[in-house]
Amino acid sequence: MKNKLIVSPSPHVHSGDTIAKNMYGVLIALVPAFLVSLYVFGVNALILTVASVLFCVITEYVIQRFMFKKEPTILDGSAIITGVLLAFNVPSNLPLWILAIGAVAAIGIGKMSFGGLGNNIFNPALLGRVFLLISFPAQMTSWPLPSTVSPIDGVTAATVLENIKYNPQALPSISDMFFGLESGSIGEMSVMALLLGLVYMLWKKIITWHIPISIIVTVAIFTALMYWGDPSPANNPIIHLFSGGLMLGAIFMATDYATSPLSNKGMIIYGVGIGVITVSIRLWGSYPEGVSFAILLMNAFTPLINNYVKPKRFGEVRKNG
Amino acid sequence: MLKTFRIGGIHPEENKFSAGKSIETIAIPSEVIVPLAQHIGAPCQAVVKRGEQVKVGTLLGKSVGFVSANIHSPVSGTVKKIDKALDASGYKRDAVFIDVVDDIWEESIDKTNSLNRDYDFTSKEIIDKIFAAGIVGMGGATFPTHVKLTPPPGTKAEVLIINGVECEPYLTADHTLMMEKTEEIFVGIQLLMKAVNVNRAVIGIENNKRDAIDKFRETAKFYPSIKIQPLKVQYPQGGEKQLIDAVLSRQVPSGALPISVGAVVQNVGTAFAVYEAVQKNKPLVERVVTVTGKDVTNHCNVLSRIGVPLRNLIEHAGGLPETTGKVVSGGPMMGKALASIDIPVTKGTSGILIIPTLEARRKQMKDCIKCGKCVNICPMGLNPTLLMTLTEYEVWDKAEKEKITDCIECGSCSYTCPSDRPLLDYIRLGKSKVMGIMRTRKD
Repeated sequence: MKNKLIVSPSPHVHSGDTIAKNMYGVLIALVPAFLVSLYVFGVNALILTVASVLFCVITEYVIQRFMFKKEPTILDGSAIITGVLLAFNVPSNLPLWILAIGAVAAIGIGKMSFGGLGNNIFNPALLGRVFLLISFPAQMTSWPLPSTVSPIDGVTAATVLENIKYNPQALPSISDMFFGLESGSIGEMSVMALLLGLVYMLWKKIITWHIPISIIVTVAIFTALMYWGDPSPANNPIIHLFSGGLMLGAIFMATDYATSPLSNKGMIIYGVGIGVITVSIRLWGSYPEGVSFAILLMNAFTPLINNYVKPKRFGEVRKNG
Repeated sequence: MLKTFRIGGIHPEENKFSAGKSIETIAIPSEVIVPLAQHIGAPCQAVVKRGEQVKVGTLLGKSVGFVSANIHSPVSGTVKKIDKALDASGYKRDAVFIDVVDDIWEESIDKTNSLNRDYDFTSKEIIDKIFAAGIVGMGGATFPTHVKLTPPPGTKAEVLIINGVECEPYLTADHTLMMEKTEEIFVGIQLLMKAVNVNRAVIGIENNKRDAIDKFRETAKFYPSIKIQPLKVQYPQGGEKQLIDAVLSRQVPSGALPISVGAVVQNVGTAFAVYEAVQKNKPLVERVVTVTGKDVTNHCNVLSRIGVPLRNLIEHAGGLPETTGKVVSGGPMMGKALASIDIPVTKGTSGILIIPTLEARRKQMKDCIKCGKCVNICPMGLNPTLLMTLTEYEVWDKAEKEKITDCIECGSCSYTCPSDRPLLDYIRLGKSKVMGIMRTRKD
């Protein structure tokens, strides 16, 4: 041994947890949904997902290297997640150049303009998606029919939520919705695959249950109350839970570390807020789907929630056993 | 479901390599260095002079003030000098250097191993004997025991809680003592119960020490007022507030003492030291130390006199491994990294942990990703990442409102952080600043 001992304050051990471990864990959790999208939309899903990841990673690399003049941290996996989630949130026939604009908006405006990972206020992938939705409304809402339903390319169809609003007779069966055999964005349809991802992330302690469960429960209760008053398919809780971006949003988008509250109590308030806003937009808004807007709105409330909702302090609640 | 504390907590790798190793005695060297500050509170005042002859148990340093503890000679021989010596704090402080001659004990001390169950002392007599013997908290905190046994006026203890948790990874000193000195500990607990006038004691033991739980349960059959409470393995359960919550489901309020919920907490090692002090008239001159680490060849639990250089204990464990990067006094979560292994064993040396270079270096800190893991695991329900930011920007009034002074410095936040942020370093700094500000306000 050398003569000099290392001296530093405690603790002297570390859990070994890293940013990359959490990020790659999220990516593993996204694999089932990706496989379903390949099955449903074929090679288009693959091309869009890979392209989106490349656009996002390149944008992050360029900004970090040439504007921040720092060592790029693209290997931490966070830009890859943004890429995958952006692709999962667009129709499978979206032109690549539009996707590229979305990626630059997501990483450039949504993430790097705030200082990079951890400092952003809004979920980058969602910001990119909403940027595209407002800029290219036609391309962003034309949904190709799944190849499992129609083998002919280029046939488009309405999503479940659009049908609820405008054509309630044309709804797919509940089981098709559960497994993901419907039209919609690339990665959002399969409830089953997304729930698998949730179970994996809970098991690996990447996220806690508070955000996804509070969103899901809020949407279920809210729509159940509406269904009780008016039992039309537009209010059916099962359809609301199994359709649109609800599961993808609740499990993978709302749980983004940087843009969600820190304390468990705060997470539940945030989740309930997302649930209420989502259902309100779906039932009474001019858009058929409201998950993206709901999450972005609650992202904006996160600093406020963090400021007012504190974790449960030791000794504050004294129950004398 | 096993009981545990209700807020936060982590479960680091236990790595208790030296579990089950029986206590071995370390040979007395030719010279010992006995620091005069081995406890929390005022350092002792030396009462011996150069050239004076001392025996084992001769008073070397007299307690000054209420929060202080006597220090006795751990060896017999001649006082060589009183001089500054490096200790675990990293500072040079006053210490008594003694040249060892033979091993002669003060006549009043019963140095046999025979068990002495019977006693007839009043509460005050017990506390006086504990004070005289210089007993301090043996878990590592080294708070003078007689102070904790003297509740402030107007308070009343209801239950004595004995800490047999040993929640720090690697350490097994308490565990070994519990296996080898079981009944002595029980007598010590009875003495402590008498000292604080309670008729109920609960020993909390984590479930990774099944053998100790079984043995204690067996012994408790003969001590009906002492209960054994197995606990779920969770760090920092040995923290006083956490242990009370785990055992009694009562939470000590912010800024208050355990006595505010009727509890007095003592370590099993302290109970054993109390037994020796009261029943054997033996002052605190030796203790059990775990010597361990991933690359250590002979993990061991040793009985060492106070003042023996740590180097001797490490030699006993097979010497410093080639890979050594850091030597820690205590456990990996709260122990102190040492600048030298030539410092002496003191009353608070619960373990010597040798950490390989690879694990000893910290990784570079990254930006906070706001994952909230530190908030989730903080056993005091604080927001570590916020407290670090407030300290960085010196926002002391907000840090005080966010209860920075409640931090018990357990290190769970830094341990957990995926961005390798030195959360506790900052919080410690902020805590001491805020405490300083609060003190000036009082004056």
